Amino acid sequence: MNSRITAFKLSLEIARVHLVSKPKQTIIAMLGVTFGIGMFITLVSLMTGLNKFTEDLTMTSSPDIHIYQDVNEPRSSLLEQLNPTGMNKVYHQRPRQESARIRNAAQIVQLLRQDSRVQGVAPYLASQVFYNNGPVQLNGTIIGVDILEEDKLFDLGSKMKEGRLEDLLTNRDGIIIGSGLARKLDVKTGDRVTITTPEGFTRMLKITGIFQMGMGIVDNVRAYSNLAMVQTILNQNQSYITNINVRLFDRNQAKPMSIELSQILEYKAEDWETANATFLTGNKIRNIITYSVSITLLIVAGFGIYNILNMTIYNKMKDIAILKAMGFAGGDVRRIFMMQSLTIGFTGGLLGLVVGFILSVLISRAPFDGGDFVSLDHFPVNFSKTYYIIGVVFGVATTAIAGYMPSRKAAKLDPIEILRGQ
Amino acid sequence: MSGDSPVLKVTGVTKYFYEPVKFQVLRNINLDVKRGEFLSLVGKSGCGKSTLMYVLSTMDTDYEGELEIAGEKLTGQKQNELAAFRNQHIGFVFQFHYLLPEFTVLQNVMIPAQKLGRYTNEEIEQRAIDKLALLGMQEHVQKRTSKLSGGQQQRVAIARALINDPDIIMGDEPTGNLDSYNAGLVFDIFRELTSVYHQSIIAVTHDNEFARRTDRVVEMSDGQIMGAKK
Repeated sequence: MNSRITAFKLSLEIARVHLVSKPKQTIIAMLGVTFGIGMFITLVSLMTGLNKFTEDLTMTSSPDIHIYQDVNEPRSSLLEQLNPTGMNKVYHQRPRQESARIRNAAQIVQLLRQDSRVQGVAPYLASQVFYNNGPVQLNGTIIGVDILEEDKLFDLGSKMKEGRLEDLLTNRDGIIIGSGLARKLDVKTGDRVTITTPEGFTRMLKITGIFQMGMGIVDNVRAYSNLAMVQTILNQNQSYITNINVRLFDRNQAKPMSIELSQILEYKAEDWETANATFLTGNKIRNIITYSVSITLLIVAGFGIYNILNMTIYNKMKDIAILKAMGFAGGDVRRIFMMQSLTIGFTGGLLGLVVGFILSVLISRAPFDGGDFVSLDHFPVNFSKTYYIIGVVFGVATTAIAGYMPSRKAAKLDPIEILRGQ
Repeated sequence: MSGDSPVLKVTGVTKYFYEPVKFQVLRNINLDVKRGEFLSLVGKSGCGKSTLMYVLSTMDTDYEGELEIAGEKLTGQKQNELAAFRNQHIGFVFQFHYLLPEFTVLQNVMIPAQKLGRYTNEEIEQRAIDKLALLGMQEHVQKRTSKLSGGQQQRVAIARALINDPDIIMGDEPTGNLDSYNAGLVFDIFRELTSVYHQSIIAVTHDNEFARRTDRVVEMSDGQIMGAKK
């Protein structure tokens, strides 16, 4: 037992002396790993940070399940309904004059609220409108909501730049508009804005607040008003609802539940994954690119180690031969070179973590203008520990594999060839 | 162990080379080496004397016949077992010193003993210093091996071969690279090891003067032992 330990220490000592006696070579090999892991961490942190940022943004304005009347849904023709077994052909069937209304909205909301998976339900009413302030006329959307329900689902309160949500409740003709819209109209809280519906109805509303979601496509077009007010503008009664947003406790339940709801209700229930398919695909592709670039970097570092270790072993053939003659087993020799490889990998890897962390911090502080579309003043960076662990594990694994092949060659080296060959 | 039983015993060793064509290098070699015997192995180039020595060294395992050292049968043992056996029972001195250049003289001598792990590091260090003193190298213990002369390097290599008190010391042209003064010095050291410490020595040599002064000269020709002189 005792001899085992000293033999192990001896291998370590020889490995250490080899590394220290060629400092330049050791440092270059180490820097290869450091660079690989540092870049891996920087890239992954930035990419996942960006992904998470856009995901959060999208999720704040996108419900888990969105129920609405899809007017573009193909419908069966009257002929097919009357003659279901025959061969029917109807050309250019016109879409039916159909209202976007959800019938029995109150019952549906009631039903959903009783579901144990559901965290919150917000029925609302949306319509295209024109915003007018003097000569300026802008196209946009007005959404009639119960503002407190909406706040529960989308945390609207934290997005307010001016005014309070509660002000809308006390002002029947109040309106909360997006920050981009406010800038274009050149209005602020307390000002009045005229809205015109597609049907030509005009109404002047008072701005009680300004919100900012952080996304141009929302902030530049959207405004919130009371449900009753929008119903009035659209000349509809109090049961007129066009959309229902649902927030679940577990977002991953959205897909199965939306399928289930589509079957029960005669309306379209769309889950967030389907609604944001483009964005999610983008996320996936970015992740693939990040990982393939990082892995390539690490493999290149691995080749560097492989090369340097091969060279070391080539230079140390005589040493290996005499060690074997003196009674070092193949395993002892392999251990000497594996130790060197792992030391390079581990030290280089740890340095890589530091480099990656410093780069991530620098990037997270770098000013970045998101422009009109996203409200962003610096890069979002994800400092998750997971990537640091992956980095070190992968770095050590790469160096272990890169070091194993030359080490095995050294272990198999026939001492006689060297000792005789002189 | 009594003086009668041989420290090394070879029975019917035969070996072939297969590259470039099949060729018999050793033909039915039988050899006994007694404890404390100083034996030299001579012969023309290509007669198989070095090949025989590497079979005796246990590093070459590709042969027919049987090898026994210090009463232990080594034929058929695994590489790792043979390595451990060499570490404890055989010391090597080659034409070139093969010292590890990154280590000091003392560290070079200590390595085989640290590998054996029988003594503590302090004891090993003391033993290494003693062995170096025996060879007149005590002033150079902390030097790098590259700072020494050829003769000094060879003496360090001998000290390293001695550190584990091996039963047998094998030399492949141990004086081949030395001037006559240093060669004489090495011979005297070997002489002392056999007569005072009763260690056996097998040395492959081209140096007839060296061979003539050993206890027994074994001459080889065409893979066979010609006949023991003296």
